[in-house]
Amino acid sequence: MIAKRIIPCLDVKEGKVVKGTNFIGLRDLGDPVEMASSYSKAGADEIIFLDISATNEGRQTMVDIVRQTAEQVFVPFTVGGGVRSIEDVNRLLKAGADKVGMNSAAVVNPQLITESSQRFGAQCTVVAIDAKRVGDKWHVMTHGGSKDTGIDAIEWAKEAEARGAGEILLTSVDTDGVKNGFDIALTKTVVDAVRIPVIASGGVGKPEHFPEVFKETDVSAGLAASIFHENTFTVKEVKDVCKQQGVNIREA
Amino acid sequence: MIAIVDYGMGNVASVKTAFKNLGYEVEITDSFARLEQATHIILPGVGSFKAAMDEINQRGLLEPLKELAAKKPFIGICLGMQLLFEKGFENGISDGLGFIPGEVNVMETEYILPHIGWNQLNIENNNVPFADFQDKHVYFVHSFQAKTEQKYLVATADYGTTIPAIVQKGHVYGMQFHPEKSGEVGIGLLKAFLEQTASIGGHVE
Repeated sequence: MIAKRIIPCLDVKEGKVVKGTNFIGLRDLGDPVEMASSYSKAGADEIIFLDISATNEGRQTMVDIVRQTAEQVFVPFTVGGGVRSIEDVNRLLKAGADKVGMNSAAVVNPQLITESSQRFGAQCTVVAIDAKRVGDKWHVMTHGGSKDTGIDAIEWAKEAEARGAGEILLTSVDTDGVKNGFDIALTKTVVDAVRIPVIASGGVGKPEHFPEVFKETDVSAGLAASIFHENTFTVKEVKDVCKQQGVNIREA
Repeated sequence: MIAIVDYGMGNVASVKTAFKNLGYEVEITDSFARLEQATHIILPGVGSFKAAMDEINQRGLLEPLKELAAKKPFIGICLGMQLLFEKGFENGISDGLGFIPGEVNVMETEYILPHIGWNQLNIENNNVPFADFQDKHVYFVHSFQAKTEQKYLVATADYGTTIPAIVQKGHVYGMQFHPEKSGEVGIGLLKAFLEQTASIGGHVE
């Protein structure tokens, strides 16, 4: 059977991996290509780059990083952040990205999902959704989780699928950074609402949080950033815990 | 020199690097003269069966590929493997390259499509050269699959249905997954292909 995927996420700003996306106390962690390569050797099933560059130069640097990564990393990788147009998607795929993630731009212009899927295929069109609990629903948030669009996140996930998204990267704004585990209720609701793979994100503080989300939901993959970057835990430690708890994972 | 056939279908940077790391010179080309010079032919591909065959026909590559596959080690990767068969049913019916008997249809499975992710290989027909890859995970991204005779199967994967993962007829091989995205295991599988076809012109470095 297909293995559950463990995905480290690298936040990249102006060509460097940084800690945290909140722009407060950003800290340089290293070279994105080197880090992606070392994670892939350590057993990461996939790598996600999130470009949080504020400048055009930074975004151009990201294209170079993608090109180098494609030459050196032998697992699939996704690039998201700052993808505004179909040309942005094209540029990143041409540079060698396997998939491109779109977030705010897709909320503003859902046609971007349709176009990307028709032109490049569902398999490389990832829609990233940042969701926050509001009453008994979840709302789609943009601008790094700070702006409430009022859009129902479950309905948006369904629309993304209908428009041809091949995968959903689902981040819970409520659990992100809290390190107390994935948002099980949100993840389960989205996974049950769509028929495409979902990547859960936000909230990992220890390896046990991965088997928890894999056992309580049918999610396809789990993403984490800080626990890997700070060398708190390795990808292998996460996989060992998953395996002990009977989760089907890939042993690299 | 190993030649990767350039017909505008998908990114091949990782395929190129994978073979380079195995010690080969690699060239991405659609020139018949260059393909003729190559020791091995790699047919990559991402996209739809029909679009890929249209590109091959428009570039006048159909007959050259047939000639090359008759005498050189040849491997189709992902969509490139699907094209090895006789017919495809993606976006209408189209003729494939016809190197291996069989057809390519949408996967019939209760599981979600596309089949994206790391799945395990089951080695078929007690294949000895690939025996070490039993239960190894490789990276798949596809919604269509080949249907062929048991004797052409080197390995399959289970996704609610049996998917031909590695096929072979003589020195023509196909891999449905992406060996260039399958870590060390994927590189090992490419090496196995090179070793198995070494006797007919290709040499292992």
